[in-house]
Amino acid sequence: MAYQMDAHHAPVDPSVPLEYSTEDGQLKILGFWVFIAADIVLFSCLFATYVVLHNNTYGGPTAEQLFDVPGFVTETLLLLTSSFTCGLAIFEMHRSRLQPMIGWWIVTILLGMGFVGMEISEFAKYVGEGANITRSAFLSSFFILVGTHGTHVTIGIFWMISILIQLIRYGITAVTARKAFVVSIYWHFLDAIWIFIFTVVYLSGKVS
Amino acid sequence: MLPHYFNHLFVSGIDIYIADVLIILASISIVGVLTYFKKWKWLWREWLTTVDHKKIGIMYILAAFAMFFRGGMDGLMMRTQLAVPNNHFLGAQHYDEVFTTHGTIMILFMAMPMLIGLINVAMPLQIGARDVAFPYLNAISLWTFFFGALLFNLSFVIGGSPDAGWTSYAPLAGPTFSPGPGENYYLFGLNLAGLGTLASGINFLVTIIKMRAPGMTLMRMPMFVWSTLITSILIIFAFPVLTVALSLLSFDRLFGSHIFSMTHGGMPMMWVNLFWIWGHPEVYIVILPAFGILSEVIGTFSGKKLFGYSAMVGSLIAIAFLSFLVWVHHFFTMGAGATVNSFFGVSTMLIAIPTGVKIFNWIFTMYKGKVRFNTAMLWSLAFIPTFVIGGMTGVMLAVAPADYQYHNSYFLIAHFHYMLVGGTVFGVFSGLYYWWPKMFGMKLNETLGKWHFWLFMISFNLTFLPMYLLGLMGMTRRMYTYPPGLGWSHLNMLETVGAFGQGFAMMFMMVNIIWSIKNGERDLTGDAWDGRALEWATTSPAPEYNFAHIPMIYGRDAFWDRKYGKDKAKYTLKAKPYTPIHMPNNSGRPFLMAVAFFISFFGFVFEWWLVAGLGLLAVFFFMFSRSFETNTDHYISVEEIEHTESGGGRS
Ligand SMILES: [Cu+2]
Repeated sequence: MAYQMDAHHAPVDPSVPLEYSTEDGQLKILGFWVFIAADIVLFSCLFATYVVLHNNTYGGPTAEQLFDVPGFVTETLLLLTSSFTCGLAIFEMHRSRLQPMIGWWIVTILLGMGFVGMEISEFAKYVGEGANITRSAFLSSFFILVGTHGTHVTIGIFWMISILIQLIRYGITAVTARKAFVVSIYWHFLDAIWIFIFTVVYLSGKVS
Repeated sequence: MLPHYFNHLFVSGIDIYIADVLIILASISIVGVLTYFKKWKWLWREWLTTVDHKKIGIMYILAAFAMFFRGGMDGLMMRTQLAVPNNHFLGAQHYDEVFTTHGTIMILFMAMPMLIGLINVAMPLQIGARDVAFPYLNAISLWTFFFGALLFNLSFVIGGSPDAGWTSYAPLAGPTFSPGPGENYYLFGLNLAGLGTLASGINFLVTIIKMRAPGMTLMRMPMFVWSTLITSILIIFAFPVLTVALSLLSFDRLFGSHIFSMTHGGMPMMWVNLFWIWGHPEVYIVILPAFGILSEVIGTFSGKKLFGYSAMVGSLIAIAFLSFLVWVHHFFTMGAGATVNSFFGVSTMLIAIPTGVKIFNWIFTMYKGKVRFNTAMLWSLAFIPTFVIGGMTGVMLAVAPADYQYHNSYFLIAHFHYMLVGGTVFGVFSGLYYWWPKMFGMKLNETLGKWHFWLFMISFNLTFLPMYLLGLMGMTRRMYTYPPGLGWSHLNMLETVGAFGQGFAMMFMMVNIIWSIKNGERDLTGDAWDGRALEWATTSPAPEYNFAHIPMIYGRDAFWDRKYGKDKAKYTLKAKPYTPIHMPNNSGRPFLMAVAFFISFFGFVFEWWLVAGLGLLAVFFFMFSRSFETNTDHYISVEEIEHTESGGGRS
């Protein structure tokens, strides 16, 4: 247990949650929040681009013709549920129960994979209908905005798998707790971004 | 199967061949010298793998100097071309490439890294910290910047330089009007370096928020730390916008999307907006740290505390806030309408108020002080009038109706060179002369320094003051030649003389550095200038761990108070025993990861998807392997601390 041998990572304050218990952990969690702020700016720019360009269909398919309600509602449910199970995993972590934590962690990863799989098949379907990224400014901005979110989710899945391995290997320590907590912030953040995509892209696209 | 860029991989042209030969000769001699003196191991162990913020800062400054040379050469080539009418030194295409790389390199690969370097050196010391919050990330920042700059510079000899201006306006920079890899170099080089800058911003912000020594409240921080804090916030909010703009244009160029194109519903104005939403705050990202340096230098060499500290802080915050509200002033003439232009004109002019506050505060700091005219102080003093000239002409440009006259003229070029050279570069020089002893343990020579200063200052004004006149006389920017008889010729010749004068002045600095390494006055006290802030409270150069004991702070100007304050008894450290100091391990991974990024982005530039993909895979491999690394830190033993401290920091 290399982690526990290292005094730098030793808990400095047992009264706070494990992930905050070391100086190093506190720094990294704050740093990650700041990164999230930067990522919000990034998504804001992509949203702005989409909003500006979403009517520029150039004779190609419109949002209303393209989007399929059961599809994007299922995607939404998968991602929202995964955010919930991720929360349950962190809840179990705070109760120091490794097995249930790992269980919920795996469920989260699977739900995330389901989401990405559905998104890929949705994109493939559009491209098959000739609605690809080169067709119109609307589709360019659509694929880039939704695709950037999907890429974030994909990275999140690989990230969570690496944390899963570390949880199995080292158990719940100050370090693994901090890492799990950070990826959970990331995951909830992606969920929040998706709510905006759901509203701004899919719902508005269907309603207009 | 051969990618379509393959056939114009190598650029031809006499200057390119010269560059090729010089690059090969320089590479051979570097390899030769390192091998001859058996320095490879030393280079890798002490520098390329270091996570020490001071060494990282020094490497930033070194790389920025190399870029200063490259950007300066571009400038001299332009001035040579424009010295006389109807000149044929450079062709139109070549001229476009040269002004594009000059602007890009000077702002993104010279000014910013120079300041980030100085921040790395001084800021952690000034807040009494042992390191930045994320030392490993700091190394990643350095190497992504370095390899981003390398990628950008590679365009000169492989594939061809970008030629759409440093602002890279769409649709000019799109695939139709800028075919070939040049523009891709711009997009991927900047994006790679931008990643490092964003990471630096996060790193500095968390460092300042969480790692100040006990007793250092926000309102006790040195002004340079304040300027770093505000700059970091600007970076965090501005740089993601640049990332998005560059990535969207990359999609347009590489994958045929239509964000900024003229057809299929694309909107080139989107680029202009995104670019300047980043671009205007960027102006303050490269000027606020210079303001910070000025405050430190003027305080120290006036022997007085900074006048109007709270007003200084307030004006920094006001400038930062306003900097996000003014971006449209970069395109007043693009038909936004009178209301929009008025709003952005007025918000631009407002920035003059907090800036004026700062200038008066610097002057009041000197008032009745015992001013010492060291080289560092001279640069700061020269900053004030040049910056005022640049600022006032900036207000003139902010008058939207008048801007229809100045727009794209040399008046504008003169304005921003007064801001960026007279402001940022003068501030950087001031900071370099000021912190040189802290970085290297010796002072730079004052006589040579003053030669450098006076020659540069006079040549600078000789170069850029006539540009105001030329602008009013109708000379526009980006023109590669002009006919005789317009009354422009003499002023242009004058500017060219000034430009070479600046280059000549820089040789004094180079000679100074070499001379001082051998003969410079050694700084044995750690307090070379009778300084006020904490960086002078430790040895020069500072040991790896900065402070054997973390200092306690009871007021502003912590080190000054410890030396001369009423209650300096509070500061005298009781002879506490040393305890082992915890430090991060060196790692070669940040360097290798940046190499992987470089390979990947090089693949993207030439649309070699396999290379691009494998490079990215390697990047992810390095991230993954870091996550599983357990042995990341070590302790410096008490014996080693005792040894270092008794040797005055020099081993
Ligand atoms: Cu501006």
